[in-house]
Parts: sequence; C-alpha cells; structure tokens
Amino acid sequence: MKRLGVLLAVAMVVSLATGPAGFGMPDTWIFVQLRLPRTLLAAIIGAGLGISGAAMQGVLRNGLADPGLLGISGCAALGSVIVYYWGISAYFAPALPLGGMAGAMLGAFALMHLAGRRPSVASLILGGLMLSSLAAALLSLALTLAPNPFALAEISLWLMGGLEDRSLLHVALAVPPILAGIAVLWRLAPGIDALALGEATAASLGFPAAKSLVLCGVGVALAVGPGCAVAGGIGFVGLMVPHLLRPFFGARPGALLAPSCLLGAGLVVCADVAARGLPLLVPTAAEPRLGVITALLGAPVLIAIARRGNL
Amino acid sequence: MIGVTNLHFSHGNTAVLKNITLQVAAYEFVALTGPNGAGKTTCLQALAGILPGGKPDARRVAYVEQGASVSWGMMRVRDVVQLGRLPHGDDAAASVARAMRLCGVTTWENRPIAQLSGGESRRVMLARAFAGDPAVLLLDEPVADLDPAAAHNIMQVLAGFAAGGGTVVAVLHALDLACTYANRMVVMQAGKIVADGTPVQTLPMIASVFNMRLAVDSTQRLLPIATTPNPKDGLHGY
Repeated sequence: MKRLGVLLAVAMVVSLATGPAGFGMPDTWIFVQLRLPRTLLAAIIGAGLGISGAAMQGVLRNGLADPGLLGISGCAALGSVIVYYWGISAYFAPALPLGGMAGAMLGAFALMHLAGRRPSVASLILGGLMLSSLAAALLSLALTLAPNPFALAEISLWLMGGLEDRSLLHVALAVPPILAGIAVLWRLAPGIDALALGEATAASLGFPAAKSLVLCGVGVALAVGPGCAVAGGIGFVGLMVPHLLRPFFGARPGALLAPSCLLGAGLVVCADVAARGLPLLVPTAAEPRLGVITALLGAPVLIAIARRGNL
Repeated sequence: MIGVTNLHFSHGNTAVLKNITLQVAAYEFVALTGPNGAGKTTCLQALAGILPGGKPDARRVAYVEQGASVSWGMMRVRDVVQLGRLPHGDDAAASVARAMRLCGVTTWENRPIAQLSGGESRRVMLARAFAGDPAVLLLDEPVADLDPAAAHNIMQVLAGFAAGGGTVVAVLHALDLACTYANRMVVMQAGKIVADGTPVQTLPMIASVFNMRLAVDSTQRLLPIATTPNPKDGLHGY
C-alpha cells in the first residue's frame, strides 16, 4: 500500500516535469495552466477507473467486469457527446460531467439488468457487448445529427481518450463527482466481501446483494462518468488493476478497493507520461492518444487472464 | 433461541410455507427433514430472516447456504473464515482461530480455498459461520457431499455446540446421522410441519413421508437401511 502511494507520487512528479519541451521544470504559467491540471486529472480519473473495476468485479463476482469492456464508459461517452456537441455545456459547464454521469448510470443499471444478478462469463460479455454496440451506434447517430461538420474529426479523436490542453476548469468539474464516487465505492468493501459467499449468505450477514448492486451502480457512474466526459475513452484500467494486485493483496474483494484506487491513478499518470514522452524519443506528428496506450497495456493483460482460464 | 410463528410464504402463486410455527431453544439440535420440495430451505431462510420482509440478526445467527462456496478460489482459508466477522465489523483473531480449530481447518489456513476438496471446503464454510461467535447456527445440508468420517466429524462439532448452550437447526437428509446426533426432529411435507419431536417419536411420520421402511436397534440408533426388519434381530421397525 505504501509502495503504491510512493509509485503514484513519483509518477505524478515525473508527469509534472514532462512536456513537449523535454524533461524539467517549466515556468509557473505552464505549470499551473497545463501540467498541473493534466496530472491531477490523470490521477483522479485513474483512481476512479481502478476502484470501479475492483468494485464491479466484486459485486458481479467476475474477474472480467470492467466499466470500459462492458460498455459503461461507452454510455458515459454518449452522454457527454450529447451535452457537448449539442452545445448544452457551453451555457452550463457542469452539464458535461453530469451528462457523462447520467450516461454511465443508465449503462450500469442496464448492464446489471441484462446480465442478471449472478452473471456467467457468457451473459456478462454478451450483455456488455450489446451495451457497447448500442452506445457506439447511438454515438454515431448523435454525430450525424450534430450541427457542426467539424465535430466528426474532433469527436473521433476525443473518443480515443486524452488529457492534453485540459484546464483547471476541467479539474474543478471532474474532481468532486469522482471523489464522491470513490467515497461511495469505498463503503462497498464489506458488502462485496460478504457477496463472495453467495447472495443468501451475504443477506444473512446483513449485506443484501440488491443494496450492494445499487451502491456499485451509483458509485461507478459517479467515478467513471465525469472522467469519460472530460478525457474521453480510457479503457482497460479497471480490468487490469485488480488482476495486477491480487497476487500481492490477496483475492478478498474488499481489500482490493483501496489499492486499486492508487494503482489505477498511478497507471493512468504513467500512461499519460508515456503519451507525452514518446514524441520526445520518436518524432511523431502528434502525441499518441492516452486511451490507445492503456489499451495497448490492457489487451495483453486480458489475454493473459484468458489464457490462465482465470475468468 | 430462534423461531417463526404462523408463517406463510409464496413464490408467485405457489405456497411454499403454510402456517409454519417453529421455536427452537438453546441446547437444541434440530434436524429438519422431509422430501425434496417440502420447503425446508425456505423455512431455514425464514429463520435466518433473509426472505423478503425479513430482517437478519447477523451478529447472533449464522446461516450457511446449501453447497456454500466462495466466488474467488484464490482466497486463502483464513480470509474466508474471517468473513464470518463481517457483521461485527472487526477481525477478532481469537474467534477466527477458535473457529478454525473447532472445524479442524487450521492446518490449511494459508491454502487457497480452490485447492481444497469438497469436504474440506465444507468445513471451512462451517468455520466461517463459527467465526462470528453465533448463538444460533442455521445450516442447509451441511454434510450432503461428505464421506462418512467427515460427516460424523461435522455432526459431532454441531452436537457439541448445542450441548454447550447453542442452538442448531440443520436441514439433513442423512436420517441415520440425524437420529444419532440431533435431539429433535422436525419433519416437513408440502410446506407444512407434519411431525416435531424426538427422533424416535417422529420416525413413524418420517417413514410415512418418505414412503419407506425404517428400523432402529435397541439403542434407538437408526439403521441406514430401508428393509423390512426381522423381529429375531432385535430390531424395531416403523
């Protein structure tokens, strides 16, 4: 736990010191307006994604649960696209994270309804697949209906996830709801521990499954939705983090929540540093998208999980 | 002490429990038996307070569901047993250690639960129930898939718990074990309690609901066979 904290702190310092001009401390304006918001957003969004993955895996009792893989991030993206590209957020800034949250909340409850109370791997994947294809289809529909012809290029880039040019306003919009979501999910620890013993036993221990499901749905929506609205799609973090932690912290689902928060934050900060650092090593036209980097990291982990038969 | 009074329960239009009244006191070890579909599991869940509208008394009553297992096979035995402390919100190491010793699982405490055999993990789930220091144990078929030695072992632990002032209600199909260890038998059929008494008192009704012949020997032990008793063997048939 302490080591995870150190890892996160080191990653954040490196992130604050890395920019297109190379490694080193920038002047105050750049630091406050560019690097600080970027680092803070990466950390808080990663923390929200990490704890959401751990909470969903605990509640659904399935190691494949992840907000991105199962379409909840897609629904959050849809919600934010609706408010952003149709101009609602121009008049009322908090509409952006609210849209993301509303989309994520709808997605979370739709998924739990589609997959059932104790989903098998197949029903979970099918439910998530349905949800993410539906979200993708509605996203394309929203795009075709969008009034701005430049929206298409802009949104496809945004959907790949990224944190460049985010301001302290974005931090102010995203941090409070994500912190609230983390606080909700934090309280889920005894509930998901009890659920490891089955629904009837969990109820007899005083932790009914229905209550944990609702807490998880609300918490994930708050913790994932605003991040998605501000930074686009950053996938695989919630899936990877609990699997990476189980060998060190044991498999008790409640014990993984706090470390998943820290490692999720550290992972996204590192991925964002990599996104900025790559153009320094290899000359590229633009920096690689953050969502692409997390996907490149996450896909092999998913394959490793599947090969071990550890679903 | 635990009980339900005049309880009715339906799944949709199907009545599962019809006017059930069952009170169980300390020092009692009740074997709940009856044909499949008689409502035994639902009755046990009603006692546990986990049917819709019920309220579990989690600190005092421990419930172990049928075929209880753990979703995360990599969890270590000790961590599983510790889940029994959830209603108390602590991890009283002494209670956990005592529960593991009582159920004979201490030697595997660091092994992942998935590596244990069916009988071994059944004992871990029982230790989980004991870890909460309950006054009442509600167990749904605790010895269903155990070998005879392991089954006797668990029944002895349960009988010892009742003898020490605890209350045990266990759904049991193994009538010979029930007769040997329980001091009260409750027989259910089609959602009703049709017999309630000492094992010997209820044997005629058990024979009737299962539609089979039973025999006890002179020490009132049930013979685990269902044949016509021969009076020359000193067996008494029901």
